[in-house]
Amino acid sequence: MKKTLTRTALAAVLALSAGGAHAVVKVGFMLPYSGTYAQLGEAIENGFRLYVQEQGGKLAGQELQYFKVDDESNPAKGPENANRLIKRDQVDILVGTVHSGVAMALAKAAKDSDTTLIIPNAGADAITGPLCSKGIFRSSFSNWQPGYAMGPVAAEKGYKTAVTISWNYAAGKESTDGFKESFEKAGGKVIKHLTLPFPNVEFQPLLTEIASLKPDAVYTFFAGGGAVKFVQDYAAAGLNKTIPLLGSGFLTDGTLKAQGASAQGLLTTLHYADGLNTPRDNAFRESYTKHFPKLPPDVYAVQGYDAAQMLAAGLNAVKGDVSKKDEMRAAISAATIDSPRGKFTLSKAGNPVQDFYLREVKGEENKDIGVAVKALADPARGCKL
Amino acid sequence: MDPVIFLIQCLNAVQYGLLLFLVASGLTLIFGIMGIINLAHGSFYMIGAYMAFALQPLVAQYLGGGFVATLLACVVLASLLGYFLEWAFYSYLYRRDHLQQVLMTYGLILVFEELRSIIIDNDVHGVGVPAWLQGTVSLGGIMTYPVYRLFISLVCLLVAGLMYWVLTRSRLGMMIRAGASNREMISSLGIDINRLFRIVFAIGVALAALAGAIAAPVSSVYPGMGHAVLIICFVVVVIGGIGSIRGAFLAAMLVGFVDTFGQVFFPAAAGVMVYLLMAAILLFKPEGLFKQG
Repeated sequence: MKKTLTRTALAAVLALSAGGAHAVVKVGFMLPYSGTYAQLGEAIENGFRLYVQEQGGKLAGQELQYFKVDDESNPAKGPENANRLIKRDQVDILVGTVHSGVAMALAKAAKDSDTTLIIPNAGADAITGPLCSKGIFRSSFSNWQPGYAMGPVAAEKGYKTAVTISWNYAAGKESTDGFKESFEKAGGKVIKHLTLPFPNVEFQPLLTEIASLKPDAVYTFFAGGGAVKFVQDYAAAGLNKTIPLLGSGFLTDGTLKAQGASAQGLLTTLHYADGLNTPRDNAFRESYTKHFPKLPPDVYAVQGYDAAQMLAAGLNAVKGDVSKKDEMRAAISAATIDSPRGKFTLSKAGNPVQDFYLREVKGEENKDIGVAVKALADPARGCKL
Repeated sequence: MDPVIFLIQCLNAVQYGLLLFLVASGLTLIFGIMGIINLAHGSFYMIGAYMAFALQPLVAQYLGGGFVATLLACVVLASLLGYFLEWAFYSYLYRRDHLQQVLMTYGLILVFEELRSIIIDNDVHGVGVPAWLQGTVSLGGIMTYPVYRLFISLVCLLVAGLMYWVLTRSRLGMMIRAGASNREMISSLGIDINRLFRIVFAIGVALAALAGAIAAPVSSVYPGMGHAVLIICFVVVVIGGIGSIRGAFLAAMLVGFVDTFGQVFFPAAAGVMVYLLMAAILLFKPEGLFKQG
């Protein structure tokens, strides 16, 4: 009697696990949970979970099971960390990451194992360029985009010449190249591209160089600690009074408190801004603040939130059956995402086609003062899809 | 190049070189006199900067003091920290080989970074420039130069002069130099070598922390700020000759000039200029510009 019972139980368990192989969707977060970008990782995960919670904790009727790996923003450990999620945890969907170098490794691992990947930040052009794939999507931006969006703004203000300055690494080059492309298309001229090795922050010689070149404007890409110091040094050198400073949005995102008075009035371009004041954004901000009172809603939270929306669009199309990969991916690719930043669609290479806002620093906010470029699509150079 | 611009760039170079000297002098003292490879030196710079950030409101509230009081508080606390660390960790390293020194001091870097993350956070923070140093000087009508940067240079020069005087003219300096060249001899003369080393180490830590604290208003404080400083400091120490204060001063100036003008004239190779300089000097002077002394 006892034996049969055990057998029945065993059979039932087996039947359940076999029939319910897709009763849960396994989502793998590969994000920075330690180091400089820890807060960005947290904001992304918060945003993702917030959307799922708003849908009653399920997407397309499926429970989500989360697996987390701290990628430490360390590209050297990228492949190993990616494979922990892909091989050990056998996740259905990968979500990650912030650092572009790690994202490249992640994209390669996802491609090799044919796992669907949604990138909630890393902007390396190559991911939706030469490395593009049907299973890789981005809910954020390509580095080229904010730079390109600033060019027409600068030209419209009547600037004829500009100097670009950034660290001598891929993100800086991609961003300043984007600016150069659109600024010169609009009749301007980038007279010099200044660089310094990453992560040096001794800007004084280059600021002197800018003072001697006397351009009409300066376009820059810096982020984090470097952004704080550059903006402060630029103001201390008195250059902000004579040569306006323009930047990609990361120059003034999450750094305004430290930059203080020196950042006031700076113009930057990004796909999100404070004070958009649309019903969609207000609802998002209210809900986010209620769930995570310690962290103010920011562009990273939005990118995490939209990553979940993209996944939802895919899962809804296949009624939660993640084994129908092609159908799911086609649905993500064709989706219109109702993002807090405004509605966006995805390009063929999987990068958002979205509006870029012109923002002005007022107090500790990047206030929206209009759209710089509408529905800007990354050219996806080198992508063969 | 326009002569005015050239002069401004020279000023940039001198100012950068002086700050480098302030950090590197502590490293060369510890390295040269105690024979310890102290990878945690960059962390002491970071600690100084974070102390300036965290102590400023406290000092203002309880001591009613301003910026100078904060700097003094940083130096005193850093000296105590150095004194304690030497007693607790570094004193066990003198007779060990360099690999073990590197391992332990690298461990300390991780500990300090983690503590920083727990006690403060992972954000970037700005430190205010005191009101009486907020002005700027106009340079040839081209750009302005913050008075605070000139103040940094002045403090660095003062410290350099003071160190030179202590090492060459004072009794403490005599003991330090003697201890560096022959440890056994000086202890047989009745001088407490352990205590002497503890003091030297405390001074080294205090110098690094002072550099961090004084640079904080222009550099802002951020995670990992000690790493970049550490590498360039080792370059300065190696070029100058291990243990030589005079060498460190000259090397810091050289590095300041090469780095500044490298960025202007050879932007593509700016990252390697300083290391090329080091390689070239080591080729002809394998022990650095000055031998110990």
